[in-house]
Amino acid sequence: MISRLFNFRGGVKPEPHKSESSGTPIEKAPLPKRLVIPLRQSLRSTARCLVEPGQKVLKGEQIGQGEGALGTGVHASTSGTVVEIAPYPMAHASGLETLSVVIAPDGEERWIDRAPFDYRKVSREEALGWLRSCGILGLGGAGFPTHVKLGSGTGIDTLVINGAECEPWITCDDRLMRERAADVLSGAMILRELIGARRVLVGIEDNKPDAIERMRAAASGVGDDVAVVAVPALYPAGGERQLIRVLTGIEIPQGKFGTDFGVQCFNVGTAEAVHRAIQFGEPLLSRIVTLTGNVARPGNYEILLGTQVAELLALVGPKADTDRYIMGGPMMGIELQSLGVPVTATTNCIIAASPALFPPPPPEQPCIRCGECARACPADLQPFELYWFSRAKNFGKAREYHLFDCIECGCCAYVCPSHIPLVDYFRFSKGEIQAREHERTASEQARTRFEFRNFRQEREKAEKAAKLAAKVAETRAKRPEAATAPETAAAPEPAASPEDLKKALVAAALARAKQQKAAVTPKNTDRLSAETQAEIAAIDARREKLTTQDADKTP
Amino acid sequence: MLNSPYIRKPASVQGVMLAVLVALIPALVVYAWQIAAVVLVNLAIATATAMAGEAFVLKLRARPIAPALSDLSAVVTAWLVVLCFPPILPWWATVLGVLIAIVAVKHLYGGLGQNPFNPAMVAYCAMIVAFPALMSQWPPAGQLDFQTQLGLVLGGVRELDGITGATALDTVKTGLRAAGATVETVMAQGSFGLVGGRGWEWLAPAYAAGGAYLLARRVITWHMPAAFLVALAMISGAFWLANPGQFTSPLFHLASGGAMLGAFFIVTDPVSGATTPRGKLIFAAGVALVAYVIRVFGAFPEGIAFAVLLMNICVPLIDMNTQPRVFGYRGDKTR
Repeated sequence: MISRLFNFRGGVKPEPHKSESSGTPIEKAPLPKRLVIPLRQSLRSTARCLVEPGQKVLKGEQIGQGEGALGTGVHASTSGTVVEIAPYPMAHASGLETLSVVIAPDGEERWIDRAPFDYRKVSREEALGWLRSCGILGLGGAGFPTHVKLGSGTGIDTLVINGAECEPWITCDDRLMRERAADVLSGAMILRELIGARRVLVGIEDNKPDAIERMRAAASGVGDDVAVVAVPALYPAGGERQLIRVLTGIEIPQGKFGTDFGVQCFNVGTAEAVHRAIQFGEPLLSRIVTLTGNVARPGNYEILLGTQVAELLALVGPKADTDRYIMGGPMMGIELQSLGVPVTATTNCIIAASPALFPPPPPEQPCIRCGECARACPADLQPFELYWFSRAKNFGKAREYHLFDCIECGCCAYVCPSHIPLVDYFRFSKGEIQAREHERTASEQARTRFEFRNFRQEREKAEKAAKLAAKVAETRAKRPEAATAPETAAAPEPAASPEDLKKALVAAALARAKQQKAAVTPKNTDRLSAETQAEIAAIDARREKLTTQDADKTP
Repeated sequence: MLNSPYIRKPASVQGVMLAVLVALIPALVVYAWQIAAVVLVNLAIATATAMAGEAFVLKLRARPIAPALSDLSAVVTAWLVVLCFPPILPWWATVLGVLIAIVAVKHLYGGLGQNPFNPAMVAYCAMIVAFPALMSQWPPAGQLDFQTQLGLVLGGVRELDGITGATALDTVKTGLRAAGATVETVMAQGSFGLVGGRGWEWLAPAYAAGGAYLLARRVITWHMPAAFLVALAMISGAFWLANPGQFTSPLFHLASGGAMLGAFFIVTDPVSGATTPRGKLIFAAGVALVAYVIRVFGAFPEGIAFAVLLMNICVPLIDMNTQPRVFGYRGDKTR
């Protein structure tokens, strides 16, 4: 079915270090003393907490409700008691904290009622909703919600299942494919049906022959339009865009999605999670994590989400000279700021680092424009140019040279003979540009808000005046004698400006006074003497004069 | 805190520079054996001068001295200066040339990686303009004993007319201006070997061997040497085919002067050259074109140094207009 492989330019071949952990079967990690389950699932969304401290929860019980389009459900990984809802460190380079649900396991592992979900009997939306409530998101690294990636269910020709696993040290996907090939494939078939794809391509780096064989065996009974393809082992072949390029020849630029090109990609772990969610009704509660590096017993462990890294270390026995821990691979992983960080859906590997395994980089030397970085860049960028622009803080130029197409894979920094931490420069530049843009948007918004406020105040003033005028007119209309008066016709128009309205009001008031005077002559003056009447007339005249003057004065 | 990636390829600037030095060894051996062993003395003088000059400027600039000296870039510059200067140059001229390269061209622009011009080529051009006679004294291969060579270098009596001759390029150029002279009659003179200057022509394969090593080590890419050599061969070939009596063959051009040194060690200088794949082709072909024009029609016997500097000026323009297409922008004409 697949006639030839394409290639992406660049890439590097670091020491694989896969054999340390690839030989031992997946082992279930023991129940931890406590689970710290972050409500924040990604930078994009935070779930709304559904539980209270002291509450008992069952394994698989939903404890967080995904909010917004990108939110997914959060579940208790085991049964126990919610002891605390408080900020805990999350797996982020910054070491920031996020609101987390802390559960003390009761050790019974009592499940919620769960049953297979027949996705064929319900609408597509309901099936996606089920995956969403099961908390299924990408287990490959970015943690993008699966229900969102499955999209509209049309226009997708090729479903790519990513088993490339190109980062050194990491072997969790390798073991998963070797031990649970049928489950992965079952998940892939469900994904294919939900996304409406014609064919399925499973890409696996050729340094995992066993995984390729098992997956091929699993795929043999499924049909011709499912192919397990061995791709050359070259970092970053497991990058979604790179793998899609290798398998289909399609180049997806940054800012665009696979769906725009009729192809979508899911990690093998995601496929297995989908299989579990549909076939058993199990939410995403655990994942396979490679624990390796400077440890006595490296291997792959099935670990409940929320297990803190500190609790895992006893499993593998870090050696004495371990000085830090890396979550993820050595090319793109983050150095853990705290061992209290919990395992989440995107945690694929924890590497114990020692100065011997990961020596600090030699001191930075000047760039000699040798172009090694450009040759290694899988995005075909010119990293050394971006480096000069970043150093000069010439961000406009950096952007022009496609800074935002940088995928931060680290190939450039890996090969640089001058030991320049190029990726750090690019992260800095991206951050600066984004901060400036944010500032600009913020001031733009403030200006718009201010202008709208002024407009609103004006409008309210006008409305108030119009209302008043209308009320006056209405009141007057209620008087029968006023209704006949010719002045009524000249009632102020509501649309007039406040100035006009005021004048009109005054005029109306005057007219009313005149009318009153004309129509209602006080009864107690009927039988007054002519002298007194003349006096009253004089007073009235004076008063009228004054009122007129007042009216004139009133602007 | 360290950020990803946490692993690095075991590569360094020293490694790159050391590879270049190693690649120059075959040519140095041929040079010392075939032409003038004193080149090794020059090499020592130039290396010491480069290190001292570098250290002095770094001290003036209050920069750390040890890392810059140990990166070997100054040594590479010194060796290239020696190889493009006549070997019997008095010592002070070598010192002056190296100081021009290191102090003026490299450090006045900001040190390693910052110079827009090739240091060795600026040194050559400055010296040939300042001391045209001195810089044109090339010894015929294997005619001076080491004592004489050393005497000339360290400052003896210079009875130059008897012991130096014009280079092959120069002989052809001046020879052809005589009435009725053809390439054949000019090259029948004794100073020519098989395709180029006798003895000197053996430097070409030695440089090529060093170049092959650099290509194998991935220190340089094929673009520059290939574009330079192909362009030089094509231009000289076109003239040669049109009038073989008045224009020498492409082989002569490739084997003479600094063609091979230029192809593998000069145009490939990453700091001052173009960097994009297409830019490298344009840059190197441009150097070949300008060098040929100067060689054949210009006032100087050799044109590569001037050609390199002229093309150095064009580098920003070339790079700007030859940016490779970024991943994902296939068919995007805006890039």
